[in-house]
Amino acid sequence: MSTSIVSMKNISYAYENKYALKDINLEIPNGAFLGLVGPNGGGKTTLIKLLLGLARPQQGSIQLFGKDIQHFKEWNKIGFVSQKANAFNRGFPATVKEVVSTGMTANVGYFKFFSRKQKQKVEEAVEMVGMSSYLNQNIGDLSGGQQQRIFIARALVSDPVFLILDEPTVGIDTENVEKFYGLLKKLNEENNISLLLVSHDIGTMTRHANGVACLNKTLHFHGNTAAFASLSEEELSRFYGHDLSVVTHQH
Amino acid sequence: MFTHFFTYEFLQNTFYTGLLIGFIAPLLGTFVVVRRLSLIADALSHVTLGGIAFGMLLERRWGILFITPFYSGMAFSVIGAVLIERLRSLYKSYQELAIPIILSGGVGLSVIFISLADGFNNDLYNYLFGSVSAVGRSDLWTILIISIIVVLVLVIFYKELFMLSFDEEHAVVSGIHAKRIHFLFIVLTALVISASIRIVGVLLVSALMTLPVAASIRIAKGFKQTIIFSIIFGELSVIIGLVSGYHLEIPPGGTIVLTSILLLLLTTGAKKVWLNFMRKKAII
Repeated sequence: MSTSIVSMKNISYAYENKYALKDINLEIPNGAFLGLVGPNGGGKTTLIKLLLGLARPQQGSIQLFGKDIQHFKEWNKIGFVSQKANAFNRGFPATVKEVVSTGMTANVGYFKFFSRKQKQKVEEAVEMVGMSSYLNQNIGDLSGGQQQRIFIARALVSDPVFLILDEPTVGIDTENVEKFYGLLKKLNEENNISLLLVSHDIGTMTRHANGVACLNKTLHFHGNTAAFASLSEEELSRFYGHDLSVVTHQH
Repeated sequence: MFTHFFTYEFLQNTFYTGLLIGFIAPLLGTFVVVRRLSLIADALSHVTLGGIAFGMLLERRWGILFITPFYSGMAFSVIGAVLIERLRSLYKSYQELAIPIILSGGVGLSVIFISLADGFNNDLYNYLFGSVSAVGRSDLWTILIISIIVVLVLVIFYKELFMLSFDEEHAVVSGIHAKRIHFLFIVLTALVISASIRIVGVLLVSALMTLPVAASIRIAKGFKQTIIFSIIFGELSVIIGLVSGYHLEIPPGGTIVLTSILLLLLTTGAKKVWLNFMRKKAII
């Protein structure tokens, strides 16, 4: 038995006759905080789709928690925060509590109501992201960063051990981005939740994640952050293709 | 003021029906509004008119009495709902196109059936603008059954419907059967519309589903509270509208809708005053 959460072997995926992913081998060990970077159209979103079982690779195999993805049933172990999560209708009359509880809807199942214990779970998840005092506020009244925390809570409410976040910091100001990474770090270290984080922001990512994977149709680099940070710009731009503008960070 | 409503049976029927639709129309309407489908109610009501005209045609031309306009209207409404869903998935990036297609189709059919059935008459006038005297006992029973079905389905599928309304992508990724739930929802909408038409009329039925919600959304915190306030506004509009419509001899469609617009203005005004008050308090 491997302890890997995700194990992808020789994965290829093509839209019509264009490769989106080619020969991907990726292991995500338990406890990882893995950053996934790469240019637009490099296949990041496709990779996530495959991991969530929303698309099937034409080639290769995926194992989740040591189980073949076709036979994998414990989807509540995997939480997902979509890139589009904060594109919701701001005028929607829903409280934080109501939004977070939708994270359990699918697990509870049809023809059943939320139990008292499950309602308590909602409050715990909101507490975990430090938003307890906003439980009964309308979600549209919160700031972008706060909303993003609520969407994390929505993913946390079903007790996942692996959380996938797709560009979660888009549209959040720098100060709050730092706080946000602080929260992720806490979830990773204290709550023992493994993370896969897709982001454009290589600089911030390398400071917080403990591993980086660089994806541009093929997986170019998958190693620890120190090794990634020591890569020269030339090497980086090879991964990215030609039209690269690397954002360098001063520490 | 209310005594007539308890003395005459036809007024009793109207009153009870009014209470029922004053409940279910804003209840379902809350979901309709937050999903930005307000105009679908309008499209469906016009299709229902086509069905009603078809029922009248059957009655007049061939003396077929077992399919009353009420039931043929309901059937058309449900078929229209299914077609709208089809069109919406056909034109993924132009989903609103379904509305003018279905709406004009409904009006077109209505015109044809009405002229075949020998034209405009008093009955049709009642269907267009609503009536205090058009509800029979059997209609009341049907509307009661529809109301029970609507409330039951909404209670059972509340958490799925709410999730789907708030974030469809998230719901689909989580494994909710979005298409089926949505289909159920749109059929419920069709049923509520055909039930409400007797009293508020084709032209104003969508107002009863959207105006109380529009008022409620200004002041409510959260979704459940929005539903509760919507129902309160809906019931107030129906009761005030029915009684005043009867006494002023005006079709209740007009008085009900104007009452709900008045309530909308009052809540908006009240909120402004409240906000100003809070701001002043904060400054002091």
